[in-house]
Amino acid sequence: MGKLVTASRFPDPDAAYRALVEARRGSSVEAAAELDTRLVLILANHIGDMDVLAEAIELAKGAG
Amino acid sequence: MSPTNERKIVFGYGYRRAADQDTPAPVRRPVVVVGAGPVGLAAAIDLGQRGIPVVLIDDADRIGEGSRGICWSKRTLEICDRLGIGEKLVAQGVTWKLGKVFLGDDLVFSFDLLPEDGHKMPAFINLQQYYLEKALVDRVGQVDAIDLRWKNKLAGVEQHNDHVQLTIETPDGPYKMDVDWLIAADGARSTARDLLGLTFSGVTFEDKFLIADIKMAADLPTERRFWFDPSFHAGQSALMHRQPDNVWRIDLQLGPDADIAEEQKPERVTARLKKMLGEREFSLEWISIYRFNCRRLERFVHGRVVFVGDAAHQVSPFGARGANSGIQDAENLAWKLAAVIKGEAGLSLIDTYERERIQAADENIAHSTRSTDFIAPHTPAERQLRNAVLALAPKAEFARRMINSGRLSVATVHDTPLSTPDESVFAGSARLGAPAPDAPVRGRDGRESHLLENIAGEFTLLYVKDGAAPQAPEGIRLICIGEDLVDTTGAIAQRFDATPGAAYLLRPDQHLCARWRAYDHAKVKAARERALGA
Ligand SMILES: Cc1cc2nc3c(=O)[nH]c(=O)nc-3n(C[C@H](O)[C@H](O)[C@H](O)COP(=O)(O)OP(=O)(O)OC[C@H]3O[C@@H](n4cnc5c(N)ncnc54)[C@H](O)[C@@H]3O)c2cc1C
Repeated sequence: MGKLVTASRFPDPDAAYRALVEARRGSSVEAAAELDTRLVLILANHIGDMDVLAEAIELAKGAG
Repeated sequence: MSPTNERKIVFGYGYRRAADQDTPAPVRRPVVVVGAGPVGLAAAIDLGQRGIPVVLIDDADRIGEGSRGICWSKRTLEICDRLGIGEKLVAQGVTWKLGKVFLGDDLVFSFDLLPEDGHKMPAFINLQQYYLEKALVDRVGQVDAIDLRWKNKLAGVEQHNDHVQLTIETPDGPYKMDVDWLIAADGARSTARDLLGLTFSGVTFEDKFLIADIKMAADLPTERRFWFDPSFHAGQSALMHRQPDNVWRIDLQLGPDADIAEEQKPERVTARLKKMLGEREFSLEWISIYRFNCRRLERFVHGRVVFVGDAAHQVSPFGARGANSGIQDAENLAWKLAAVIKGEAGLSLIDTYERERIQAADENIAHSTRSTDFIAPHTPAERQLRNAVLALAPKAEFARRMINSGRLSVATVHDTPLSTPDESVFAGSARLGAPAPDAPVRGRDGRESHLLENIAGEFTLLYVKDGAAPQAPEGIRLICIGEDLVDTTGAIAQRFDATPGAAYLLRPDQHLCARWRAYDHAKVKAARERALGA
């Protein structure tokens, strides 16, 4: 199968979710979407693997 | 184009009646090239220099109208050098290698296109396309094998088993010609393509772009400047580039809804440019509004009709990949067609033209599409992603690398059956299927020159001296590095990973097609045959 890891990796998943919530607290939907877009770019580059990126896009599209 | 345009420099040529128009039966010719644009001219010269008689026809009688290409790549200049006009173009053009990208009014990053020394030709020059065409037409006049006929319009193509019958319209009425090969270089609106009923499909970009050539005595640096969302043209992109004669090319993105008639009015254009140029004095040379396309023919070879240049494929100008790739088509086809006509190769060699140049076209279309998508995102959702890249650019290197204002034309590395796969590992920048890298050399007579200008259109074996030089197989010219040409700076050693006794076989288009750590006569012979399609 693929290279994308979908098993949980954060020791404290609630804390990771919390960090993302706080980043958008008080934002409009538009501002949050812009923030997310920048986050996507930053994290995609950090991963730096086209296969993982492609799989992640597939997973995200399929979940919508 | 608008009637307000008055091109100052137009080169006019006359129609002359050809003897072929007076014969009772159609005359048979080996090659007709239709279209005296940069690509048709280059194809005709290359074939003519190889001794193949060529009739070159064009429906116009002048060159020099409109704003078209300005940036000519290193590979184009190397090809033009082999065709006899490279030095002239460089002398006439503006050499540049620096590009700057601005976000708003701030510089976000710059790039240097030729970070390496020891190449005869610069990474790029800027020169109006009509000067390139003029130089090519002048050169055509020096090649006896070419018969250039202005005001000869291709109007009919009839395919037969071993030839094509053309109908050509002239001011004296139509005439017919039978040709072994027709090279269709008749541009993006190719008549040949229509006559064969071929579809030309791809994408058309919604955004409209104002292309203005202006005359301005400005002491601005010679660099490509590209802006995303500058204060003088908010929300859109802008490009500025120097040409000779104090002429500047300015591209302003206008968005999809711009009114073409309104935007072309000189007062409107002047107002837009004043916002950009401030108090500088300028005058308008030529104004046009374009929408760009990326598309290609599914196949480039249709029996004995071979498509080259814009007739075969079209790209948006970001990246300067149009004529630059077309001239590489011309060079790729010319030696192959000459070999077929001379009986040195079979028809299958022409199929490798298609294979190699479709690969190149796809690469160019992909780059040009990506650039245009970045510059002019299709939807608000795509624009949001693009703007996120721009917003991160000042803070993060990865985002600067994603900014795409045009990836400038470089020669294609052809993945081709004409190359003999490597048996040994080679480092360096030389690649199988790509033009050999250039390097400074000194000849036996002590004259300093460059490697590529010593490789003039035939199979050439570069042999690195290790004792006595071998006798190369028939049809291959041997150049002994260290004897015939001295690697004065070590650039050959480095770029080819050249060790004593190594041998490099170059095709007539200077592309590397085989290499070995040691000379082996049978292998060299077989590699040449393979490169001829055997
Ligand atoms: C704004 C702009 C900027 C550009 N910038 C660059 C750049 O910087 N670098 C670059 O490489 N490219 C650039 N291009 C692209 C470049 O101009 C084209 O790729 C190039 O002109 C194609 O050359 P061609 O010889 O294939 O066709 P064309 O130049 O279109 O020539 C075709 C010729 O065929 C003739 N013809 C047409 N029909 C017939 C017929 N039925 N019978 C006889 N003759 C006929 C025409 O009169 C014409 O002379 C730019 C284009 C535009 C619009």
